[in-house]
Amino acid sequence: MDDKKQLEQFEAKIAAGLKIEPKDWMPEAYRKQLIRMMSQHAHSEIVGMLPEGNWITRAPSLRRKAILLAKVQDEAGHGLYLYSATETLGVDRSELLEQLHSGKAKYSSIFNYPTLTWADIGAIGWLVDGAAIMNQTALARGSYGPYSRAMVKICKEESFHNRQGYEIMMNLAQGTPEQKEMAQDAFNRWWWPSIMMLGPSDDKSPNSDQLMRWKVKMESNDAIRQRFIDRTVPQAEFIGLKVPDADLKFNDVTGHYEHGPINWEEFFDVIKGNGPCNAKRIKDRVEADKKGAWVREAATAYAAKQAKEKLVA
Amino acid sequence: MSDSQWPLWEVFVQGNPGIPHKHVGSVHAPDAEMAIQNARDVYTRRSEGISIWVVPAVEISASSPEDQGAFFEPSNDKPYRHPTFYKIPEGVKYL
Repeated sequence: MDDKKQLEQFEAKIAAGLKIEPKDWMPEAYRKQLIRMMSQHAHSEIVGMLPEGNWITRAPSLRRKAILLAKVQDEAGHGLYLYSATETLGVDRSELLEQLHSGKAKYSSIFNYPTLTWADIGAIGWLVDGAAIMNQTALARGSYGPYSRAMVKICKEESFHNRQGYEIMMNLAQGTPEQKEMAQDAFNRWWWPSIMMLGPSDDKSPNSDQLMRWKVKMESNDAIRQRFIDRTVPQAEFIGLKVPDADLKFNDVTGHYEHGPINWEEFFDVIKGNGPCNAKRIKDRVEADKKGAWVREAATAYAAKQAKEKLVA
Repeated sequence: MSDSQWPLWEVFVQGNPGIPHKHVGSVHAPDAEMAIQNARDVYTRRSEGISIWVVPAVEISASSPEDQGAFFEPSNDKPYRHPTFYKIPEGVKYL
């Protein structure tokens, strides 16, 4: 079958709502774009463990510590589902990790901000995971089977992350004046980066048409951002936190919030590597990889020994 | 697959007694035992399973998507394999 005919069938399948599976024919641009998106997504899960891991030993109670440990473990799991889903497109995980460690691969801009206080852990769960859920529930309807299935599983798990974060913020916001101030401060610092992490505005987002038609992207960045804001602002108001946007107002006609200008310069600067923690995140990741090498070597040696003993017996 | 990492294992999880194992994803691991342990940590953190199978990914043979039409075609023209093919007079019971 020629490529034109293959492409027609591929697009018809997607239009009919069917999933594309690893061995199915797919255009090279589709495969490439998915590898890029899915590996960036996997990297974000793995790098995302670092800012939160920073607070595991300093969690304010055993309950909070157990929750945070479980959340960070989930992020590792999400990274693994996503790397294995990416491998179905014919790329090796080791190659992807190499791209992350060398600084060639990108990951979500949000993880280049520091976690200065305990309230930041609340803000991350509530806002960062909240924004991620908006994006991921859309991606779960995407056309590539393994990615879509990973998203379904991840979304189920993220819902706990989102709630535990909100609970942290709620407790702080209802606490002493100092605790409330800490919650507001974390909210002030994480609000704009959370809005930005959903990606550049639609007029600056390249080649979206084809990606939408191929159901690689399901919704525009601005549409997802709007939904996130509409849902999150009332949550903030409910616990008495003030959204750090002087221009924010509710439009009675459209039924949506309108926000002030977004500092895209900051966003692109962080993406380029100039955020407060870019260098530290990569350094920590490379170090974790090095420090874990002996575990992998031991596991390999153990497996070889077991296989040998089995052969003798 | 390159030899720069451990072999890939496909993971199948049985959710409850009596139902089939279902494919859930894959893990890298140096041997079957560790593949099962990794699969438990990656795919069943919320009591999603009571049993796990792991199979080396290279050992799985699959039908080819390109041949899907022709390959499964033989069953398409045999409606007489379904009970609804047969007309039974009204009033006849237990058939």
